[in-house]
Amino acid sequence: MKEKTEAMASVSVKRASPLLRVEDLKLYFRTTQGVVQAVDGISFVLERNQALAILGESGCGKTSLARAILRLLPRNVHTYSGRVELDGVDVMPWSEERFRREVRWSKISLVAQAAMNSLNPVLKVGDQIAEPLIVHKGMDKKDAWARAREAAQIVGVPTDFLQRYAFELSGGMRQRAVIAMALVTNPDLIILDEPTSALDVLTQANIMNALKGIKREFHKSFFLITHDIATSSELADHVAIMYAGQLVEWGTAEEFYPNPLHPYSQKLMASVPRLREERKLDFIPGRPPSLINPPKGCRFAARCPQRFSQCDQEPPLVEVAGGRLVKCWLYK
Amino acid sequence: MSEKILLSVKNLHTHFELRRGAFGRAGVVRAVDGVSFEVRHGEAIAVVGESGCGKSTLARTILGLYRPTKGEVLFEGRSLDGDLRWYRPQVGYVQQDPYGALPPFMSVHRILEEPLLINRVGSKAEREQHIREVLEEVKLTPVEDFLSKFPHQLSGGQQQRLVIARAMILRPKFIVADEPVSMLDASVRVEILELLRGLQRSHNLTVIYITHDLSTVRYFAERIFVMYAGKLIEKAPVNELLHNPLHPYTKALLAAIPDPDPANSQTFKKIPAGEPPSLVNPPSGCRFHPRCPAFIAGLCEKEVPPEFEPSPEHFVECWLYR
Amino acid sequence: MSAIRGGLRQLRQYPSALVGLGIIGALIALAIVAVVILPYEEAIRLWRGGEDIWQESPRYAQPAWLNLFTAKKLPETIVVSTQGASVKPSPTETAVHRLSASKVRSDKTVSISLAFDYRYDDFPTEITLFLDAKYAELLPYVALRWRTPDGREISLGERKLKGIERYNISQDTRLERRLGGQPPEIGLFVSPGRQSPLRGRYELRVEGTLFEENADIDAKLIVYGKVYGLSGTDHKRRDLMVALLWGAPVALAFGFIVAVGTSLTTLIIAAIGAWYGRWVDALIQRITEVNIILPTLPILIIIGTFYSRSIWVMMIVITLLSIFTAGIKVYRAIFLQIKESPYIEAARAYGASNLRIIVRYMAPRIIPILVPGFVTLIPSLVFLEASLGFLGLGDPVLPTWGKVLNDASNNGALYKGYYYWVLSPSVLLMFTALGFSLLGFALDRIFNPRLREL
Repeated sequence: MKEKTEAMASVSVKRASPLLRVEDLKLYFRTTQGVVQAVDGISFVLERNQALAILGESGCGKTSLARAILRLLPRNVHTYSGRVELDGVDVMPWSEERFRREVRWSKISLVAQAAMNSLNPVLKVGDQIAEPLIVHKGMDKKDAWARAREAAQIVGVPTDFLQRYAFELSGGMRQRAVIAMALVTNPDLIILDEPTSALDVLTQANIMNALKGIKREFHKSFFLITHDIATSSELADHVAIMYAGQLVEWGTAEEFYPNPLHPYSQKLMASVPRLREERKLDFIPGRPPSLINPPKGCRFAARCPQRFSQCDQEPPLVEVAGGRLVKCWLYK
Repeated sequence: MSEKILLSVKNLHTHFELRRGAFGRAGVVRAVDGVSFEVRHGEAIAVVGESGCGKSTLARTILGLYRPTKGEVLFEGRSLDGDLRWYRPQVGYVQQDPYGALPPFMSVHRILEEPLLINRVGSKAEREQHIREVLEEVKLTPVEDFLSKFPHQLSGGQQQRLVIARAMILRPKFIVADEPVSMLDASVRVEILELLRGLQRSHNLTVIYITHDLSTVRYFAERIFVMYAGKLIEKAPVNELLHNPLHPYTKALLAAIPDPDPANSQTFKKIPAGEPPSLVNPPSGCRFHPRCPAFIAGLCEKEVPPEFEPSPEHFVECWLYR
Repeated sequence: MSAIRGGLRQLRQYPSALVGLGIIGALIALAIVAVVILPYEEAIRLWRGGEDIWQESPRYAQPAWLNLFTAKKLPETIVVSTQGASVKPSPTETAVHRLSASKVRSDKTVSISLAFDYRYDDFPTEITLFLDAKYAELLPYVALRWRTPDGREISLGERKLKGIERYNISQDTRLERRLGGQPPEIGLFVSPGRQSPLRGRYELRVEGTLFEENADIDAKLIVYGKVYGLSGTDHKRRDLMVALLWGAPVALAFGFIVAVGTSLTTLIIAAIGAWYGRWVDALIQRITEVNIILPTLPILIIIGTFYSRSIWVMMIVITLLSIFTAGIKVYRAIFLQIKESPYIEAARAYGASNLRIIVRYMAPRIIPILVPGFVTLIPSLVFLEASLGFLGLGDPVLPTWGKVLNDASNNGALYKGYYYWVLSPSVLLMFTALGFSLLGFALDRIFNPRLREL
């Protein structure tokens, strides 16, 4: 057991290129109302053993971004373009078969939104944790179960729970099992889509503790998609704010949480209730623009308290002190 | 604030029978198991607890949707039993999932008219007037734009405003809000909570606000009740509870809630292991004892702790304060 | 309701649904046309009237338009009368046959000539002559002579006339013997030495002798053909058009009324069971389970045989038997889910009564599921009604598609090669089923994704 965990840890040898580099990624969907620009030219870099939190309101394209990276596309795709580099290799030209074999679950795995509620009710939890190994790595069942047991232990699922069925487990345990499923193939990067949003406070804290442990001990990278800003601070090294299909701000956690730059980020942070601090809560009036024909200039302009004439044109992603990026004319 | 008691709950128990087949009994779910409190006129109370602790059952029993197994609920001194038609216009209900709470096939106008029709309020013109007023109060304006819309044409925040408008349309004295913002985006939450708070102040409403989210309640309630496994284990004014929590469970809850702070990622939280107990076979003695870090052997697992009042207005059901 | 409107808008994207709608539209148009051009009393008179009404139509005639597709032209019916045919021949018919009827009256004699052109490749099926004599006491006397286009004259005998007399020429065995053993309808038309009829102008001469001042004779010759109208005739010379036209409104109304009755009642009962639960639900479930096992058709046959075959009785029985079926189980499952919806709870909190919750809050949610089911139910009911008709349990009065099939079957239509008789009602039935099914399947595809969202 101990050897195995060391083996898992030893994979992350330092290499020159970043683990994941995404450039100008676009994912548009065709609907009866028109083309939805769910992911509209997103670029970012994620280093090894780092966690990037993608924050945004529902419908801003967070989940589509995860799907675009993992190439889990629905049938009504209109545009899918850009570069997705893994360890310096652009995987976009790869065939679906090669991508499935070499990337999905081998390098990047996914804890989908509400996955804990979509566990197969007629399979034992252990079988489901072992399944990615059998499907993606062609492992036999016995070895797969051994690995599943190991992964379960890491996330804190007692091993005797593996013989049970999903409905016999509490929500917290099911969520842990889903994380174990993502971990079992020993990927470099785990995408977490709202991993704790349906859980109670104590369970949520427990799961965040487990994720922190995994990051620290096994040097995994995380791509954390959430609308829960307070919880994101438990894991994030970098924070990216997404608004209407675009990244509007990117920076380190240390700099971002105390001092967000983009007017949208500032408003968003002001709407987070604090337990340990007296502070007036604020909210953002209006609603995000439709992703079908979004406004020409800055997409936040209509709701922005600091809007001025230049906002009619699309702002560039401006680099400010400390390598922070912000898509706003105020910083040009 | 007047000291008049609006609602008083006395030793309330709401149990459900688990059925097996048509005749078998598989056990009893003790969703609310011995709860007493009083709510003053114009006061906002938050009942905080994790899912499955019985807080929604408590809300529904107070609403008269469930009948108590034991104990009683008194509204202005009148017991909630028998025909509750007198009670319906007195109380409004705001639910968690705004989309689910609205019949998808009814227009905004129809949704708001239903409670008026059912409770035979006013003439047609008066009802129209009423509907307009309430829509303006929840800021679904201009009213004409909304009347003929259907719920799926509204945003989440607008849907929740409509739910609040429906709760307000009979001009109740009392509102029960069960997780009114937990399904909404953070940026909208505050808006809705402020709306509720504003309505509470302007109409001198009494509000019971059921939530799992301790971080929001301080902005919107005067007192907090903490519920665990069917019981109210701690009751105190907001600041008292947040700054001086007594029950080990309350302390754990407070510790578990993060503020957005980059330092969080550097530390692990001390959280009691385990999960809330089953309400079918709750633990003996204090229900928190299997997870409690301050567990007193020989006492906590044997005797149910009574309510202590270590400081005025601060009640706690824990042997540490005997 | 908005969901339904949205669903109907989506229908445009399904070509199959549009075809289905087209067929249903055509059937409804057919039904309306039937009721307008052939009012109920008139239809019943034409269908159940008696020999007088059908006298001038042939038996077992195929639809006339079949001649357009065959090289061998089959004869139409030719009616030549001194009084004008009771069914007026169309101008084209008159032109084609160049009908001419003349009567020359002198003091004691009357000479009638009934002439027509015969240009078909096949022989007629029957020849009948109606003679109507008016007299006080002394019976008139006639001699009948048949003249063929090549000038031969064949005597059809002589006779005394007693009032209205029907001389069935084609069944005259003596004439048959004189014609060398050939049935008269062949012998009188055959081209000598060949198997085919001789084309040209034929004439029947009626030479009458009158013994009274005011006596008179009229004659009407009917040469029955092998084709008739748009849809042919049956064994009783009835125009099948009447039944084919009237079958449409009967079938559609039957299907629609029973489907509406069944769907709505099922809906309400399922909602009641789901809402009240406990013994109410258990009772409904048990009734359903028993009813599902009961065979519908035998019960209908028993009722049709021993009680009544009226379409109204059948409709009520079928509705009752279709209420407690699998639909109740499906709707109940969905209602149990809907029952837990927060909006139902909200309605209870503002005091909605049980009845109001069932009718106003639960039932509308099921309509997106009900509509496709309802549409696909109609053709099965149309088939059921046709099956009853076919089994001889159709309504005793109404002309329906099922009864046409029943008659066809009883008269061995398929053995004798009267395909039109079986095919035309069958095709109409199949089109009905096809139309509703295409529409129903498309509706199902449109509404069911929403079902999953419930």
